[in-house]
Amino acid sequence: MPMRVHAIEKVVENTPIHKTFYFNDRECRNAEPGQFIMVWIPGVDEMPMSLSVIGKQQAVTVEAKGEGTKKMHEMKEGDKIGIRGPYGKGFSLSGEKKLFVAGGTGIAPLMPLIKMSGGKKTVILGARSSHLLLFEEELKSMDVELHISTDDGSEGHKGFVTDLLEEMADADKKFDVAYACGPEIMMRKVLDFCLENSIPMEASLERYMKCGIGICGSCAIDGYHVCRDGPVFESSILSKIEDFGRWKRDESGKKVEI
Amino acid sequence: MCLETSVGPLKMKNPLMLASGVLDMTRGSMERFREAGAIVTKSVGMGERKGYGNPSVVELEHGLLNAMGLPNPGVDEYLKEIEGIDVQKIVGSIFGKDEHEFARVAKKIEVAVDAIEMNMSCPHAGSYGAGFPTDKISDAVSAVKESVNIPVFVKLGMENIGRRARAAEEGGADAIVAINTVRAMSIDIETAVPILSNKVGGYSGPAIKPIGVRCVYELSEEVDIPIIGVGGITTAEDVIEYMMAGASAVQIGTGVYYRGEKIFEEISKELREWLEAHEYGRIKDVIGAARA
Repeated sequence: MPMRVHAIEKVVENTPIHKTFYFNDRECRNAEPGQFIMVWIPGVDEMPMSLSVIGKQQAVTVEAKGEGTKKMHEMKEGDKIGIRGPYGKGFSLSGEKKLFVAGGTGIAPLMPLIKMSGGKKTVILGARSSHLLLFEEELKSMDVELHISTDDGSEGHKGFVTDLLEEMADADKKFDVAYACGPEIMMRKVLDFCLENSIPMEASLERYMKCGIGICGSCAIDGYHVCRDGPVFESSILSKIEDFGRWKRDESGKKVEI
Repeated sequence: MCLETSVGPLKMKNPLMLASGVLDMTRGSMERFREAGAIVTKSVGMGERKGYGNPSVVELEHGLLNAMGLPNPGVDEYLKEIEGIDVQKIVGSIFGKDEHEFARVAKKIEVAVDAIEMNMSCPHAGSYGAGFPTDKISDAVSAVKESVNIPVFVKLGMENIGRRARAAEEGGADAIVAINTVRAMSIDIETAVPILSNKVGGYSGPAIKPIGVRCVYELSEEVDIPIIGVGGITTAEDVIEYMMAGASAVQIGTGVYYRGEKIFEEISKELREWLEAHEYGRIKDVIGAARA
């Protein structure tokens, strides 16, 4: 799909390190939750980003991390960005009792999924510290059971989101389906929990990406390509991927530890 | 309908090869192409290269523009990736700055591959690829030929292809692979910025097919060694056209973007149907049919 160039319609500062950039792109209006786009910052970089808002207006939520994302944080309403996509396989909507587990920026692709899905929804949201919790207020205003966890204990449970999973298992909560996005070590733990408890699970993966369209192979994880076979993978596949939670590849294609 | 073909000493169960640079970074990716007669690896060199920054691909109406910049982990690391790989045949694509480097990489990769493809045609990698001087081609090919005991192919681009192919043949090449992507550019007019981070890249896909067919047709006049046709193949008819022009086999790259990896299985089937409908007993009878 050829690239479209749009002016940014609105910029919202969510946390000291997160900003959400709104735009209006016809192709993205009906994207599936979990799908991603390639965002071009003219003359700087192009990066894969999951859509955090889907509808009449769409958006990506960006953590200022590397050179490209820091440049993006300097961008204002009216500045132009290029968009390719939406690409890849998103989350599937199924089950009645749903669990969403998000670490850090990982809540971004889960937001449209949480909004679109019905049933009873439990969200575990984690971050390093209270002021970095993304979309906390929005989630509080929604019909979800929200559990918070911070690494430093400044809000909610002190520790990791995966600790809360264990507590829920003890409380004998039965989930029909679980969705996860966040650091891969976290997602690996969520997968192990779900396999133990026979809960079907889906996770959105991230890898260094060049083409976004399934030809260059940069985002290979075992024999799968995150851009075209993913970025959302289901637990039956994740449990077979040896690289998952262990290895990724750098720009040269060399395997490096996660 | 027999699809078997051979390129010099390399025999293949069908004439369809996965072109270098497409889904060949990792073993897992390459093993998705077991239907291909052969797969060609990512171009590898002596050392690790990260390649160019993004954007490295532009999707255009009639093809793709890319400038990856020869990203690869270096031949030693890459060997770990491909040793014991389960595919029909594997061709190791290599690049080098001079004959010594070409020969060293060839020697290293020889143990894991069935043939070598010398990349002398990447249109956007400076003195590597297409920037490799024509007057050094013959020496580089003979250096590689001397260092390995497997077939050596030379991949060339459209520029100066006749002279470069003759030089490769003089050096002892077993086949010519023609063509690589065509040097091209795309500018975003809203921001007045060239889209690729490298500004210039290589154009592939249906738009370049007639150029590739012309090159193969003219080359089969220029050289006596076999030719592998590449450029814009997405259907069985495209394969037939290249083979009628004189190609003994073909490579498919961007076609995977249009039809997915199943393109190899599908084109094999379509080729058999086409041969039957047109009363050719075997694919080999098509080679050079337009040259009679």
